[in-house]
Amino acid sequence: MIRKSLAVAALATLAFTATAEARDQIRIVGSSTVYPFSTAVAEQFGRGSNFKTPVVESTGSGGGLKLFCAGVGVQHPDITNSSRRIKKSEVEQCAENGVAEVVELKIGFDGIVLASSKKGQPMDLSREQVFLALAKQVPVDGKLVDNPYRNWSDVDPSLPNERIEVLGPPPTSGTRDAFVELVMEEACNQFPEIAALKDNSAAHKAACATIREDGAYIEAGENDNLIVQKLDANPKAVGIFGYSFLDQNADKLQGARMNGVEPTFENIADASYPVSRAMYIYIKKAHVDTVPGIREFIAEFTNERAWGPEGYLADKGLIPLPDDERKQAAEQAATLAPLMM
Amino acid sequence: MTEMSQTVTAPTDAAARKARQDARLRKRHAAERRFRALGIASIIIALTFLGLLFTTIIGKGYTAFMQSHLTLEVYFDPAEIDPAGTRDPQALATANYIALARQSLQDLFPEATSRNDRRQMNALLSVGADLELRRMVEANPEIIGTTQRVVLPASADVDMVVKGHIGRDAVEGGRVSQQQLDWIAHLEAQDMLALQFNTRFFTAGDSREPELAGIKGAVMGSFYAMLVTVALSFPLGVATAIYLEEFAPKNRWTDLIEVNINNLAAVPSIVFGLLGLAVFLQFFNLPRSAPLVGGLVLTLMSLPTIIIASRAALKAVPPSIRQAATGLGASKLQVVLHHVLPLAMPGILTGTIIALAQALGETAPLLMIGMVAFVVDIPGGPFDPATALPVQIFLWADAPERAFVERTSAAIIVLLGFLAVMNIVAIILRKKFERRW
Repeated sequence: MIRKSLAVAALATLAFTATAEARDQIRIVGSSTVYPFSTAVAEQFGRGSNFKTPVVESTGSGGGLKLFCAGVGVQHPDITNSSRRIKKSEVEQCAENGVAEVVELKIGFDGIVLASSKKGQPMDLSREQVFLALAKQVPVDGKLVDNPYRNWSDVDPSLPNERIEVLGPPPTSGTRDAFVELVMEEACNQFPEIAALKDNSAAHKAACATIREDGAYIEAGENDNLIVQKLDANPKAVGIFGYSFLDQNADKLQGARMNGVEPTFENIADASYPVSRAMYIYIKKAHVDTVPGIREFIAEFTNERAWGPEGYLADKGLIPLPDDERKQAAEQAATLAPLMM
Repeated sequence: MTEMSQTVTAPTDAAARKARQDARLRKRHAAERRFRALGIASIIIALTFLGLLFTTIIGKGYTAFMQSHLTLEVYFDPAEIDPAGTRDPQALATANYIALARQSLQDLFPEATSRNDRRQMNALLSVGADLELRRMVEANPEIIGTTQRVVLPASADVDMVVKGHIGRDAVEGGRVSQQQLDWIAHLEAQDMLALQFNTRFFTAGDSREPELAGIKGAVMGSFYAMLVTVALSFPLGVATAIYLEEFAPKNRWTDLIEVNINNLAAVPSIVFGLLGLAVFLQFFNLPRSAPLVGGLVLTLMSLPTIIIASRAALKAVPPSIRQAATGLGASKLQVVLHHVLPLAMPGILTGTIIALAQALGETAPLLMIGMVAFVVDIPGGPFDPATALPVQIFLWADAPERAFVERTSAAIIVLLGFLAVMNIVAIILRKKFERRW
């Protein structure tokens, strides 16, 4: 028994010494949307250099920034992935905990697509139509009423006479946030009844951002692969997910046109497809010289063979930044210029 | 009495009573038959779902144990590998090996010369092919300058075509072009593209390329976490059970402890993860993502189960054993350690194995302590960052690449295999050593 407790004590001491010494492996946390790209770079970086392969955790954008801003030191991560820009409050939180200098790197875009099975009809939607199909309350005859539309053709006669059945992410998902922001909130101000609510901001926000709960919008869980499988089984349903899943399943699925633009690689890259968001990584400057390999990792990420239009990240579904912006971002990241907000 | 006199006085009554009894009996038998039928029906339903689970998982996953490989004649060009001719290990390690494999592929189809054709052709080969060639050269630098027949992994898209998960007809905007499909058909006809056993799946760590991804990293992570769990939860759990069962006085305090232990067994596992985050990471500053912390959290989770099972096993040892030992002059500790504990051991071990099997399949508590992560390097000890087998399944299930679908199912098969082995061991232990009194 004494020997056993000694062993436990030894184990515990070992643990302390293990954390006390410097870390030789980059730690990355953050968004599950950026995870596929960050991990691809991490793997390539580990294979092509003498550094250890970075460990990438999938914690969500908000959770990642929280861990990232918790402080400076080996027990805190070096880099966080985010599918949205860092908020001012988060920058302040960071500064409060001693993370004064944060380097921002915009890595590219992710398109959010509405897609259906190739067995069904191609869809041609506008954001307003999507809003009318999915909002909890819609304007009818100058008043906001509970969404009365059952079929797509009720929304607009040009749409198919099929039941509205949309499979999408739950409210905990970053994709859902982005969808609400880029489609619902953009569209809702086109309706005078909702635009009139603007001064009363809580009501305005509720009218814009609340998705109907009567079964037309089905929360399909965080797993986008599941949505893809369900779409394949049900040609009348429409799914909402990131572009990379459409790219990987292009033999089964077709993307719906949004405002007349097809969700293709080229259209998202030149921003003619309206529903896309930028993705970022944030680097803790204080760690650059204590944890080996961060500079080299940034160099790998901003290398043309990684994030360029023909790079391996494009193969994974990343939509690259325009050429000049990419060049500028790479230079800026190489100098580690801290973010100013 | 009155009843009997009735029977005597009225024989017709007797017949009626017999009929009533028969009816009652029939009713009771019918109830019993109904109950049995319901029981059988529920077993059939349970078995159907189990069968459904197994057939879908095995049906989806078995193909992942095979992997498409290209057999190519690769010329180990000295100008490409070692232009200086020094055989400097550094130069050998950094040479552009993938170019060698791509060159030999291009030699097969000299008609493809445009940049786009080359790109499409390069996409047939896995990006991990260079590692294979590098290992060959590093093991035997003599092969530089010779042509060798080499088996290299094909890319995941090619693999999906070979296995029939992507159709043989090119689709507009699809992952695989008509030209690539033609090449694949040609290579197959030449026996240069074929399925082979996927050893990489068992020997490699995680990867973003499905054809290179393996479960060894996750299995080792689970192994180290389980090692910590066994080392801590077994002695702690058994000691607690012995004290509570054999030594502790029965009073309000021990009752309170007992109620709490029973409650802890029902606490959702994510709560133990939060506890682990607060105590082990934030207070004790243990490293994130380490199997050590995973093991500690799983220890907390499996302790109540082990304590409850061990107490039941100790309770099942008849008091006569204790009395006999005490009568022969054994001390209380001797009674427990020499007689009661050995007799209770099969039950204790069964409970422990079942608790560990439960811990092996747990993902939620590991989320909070950073084990839901992309870890390529195979962990060499309980302090290295690692994931666990169920976490690996969770991560692969979310990956967009289609080839990960079958790998997810294959990893589930492996996990189910481990669980089945553990449960079988528990049953064997019980059958072999358990004594009935």
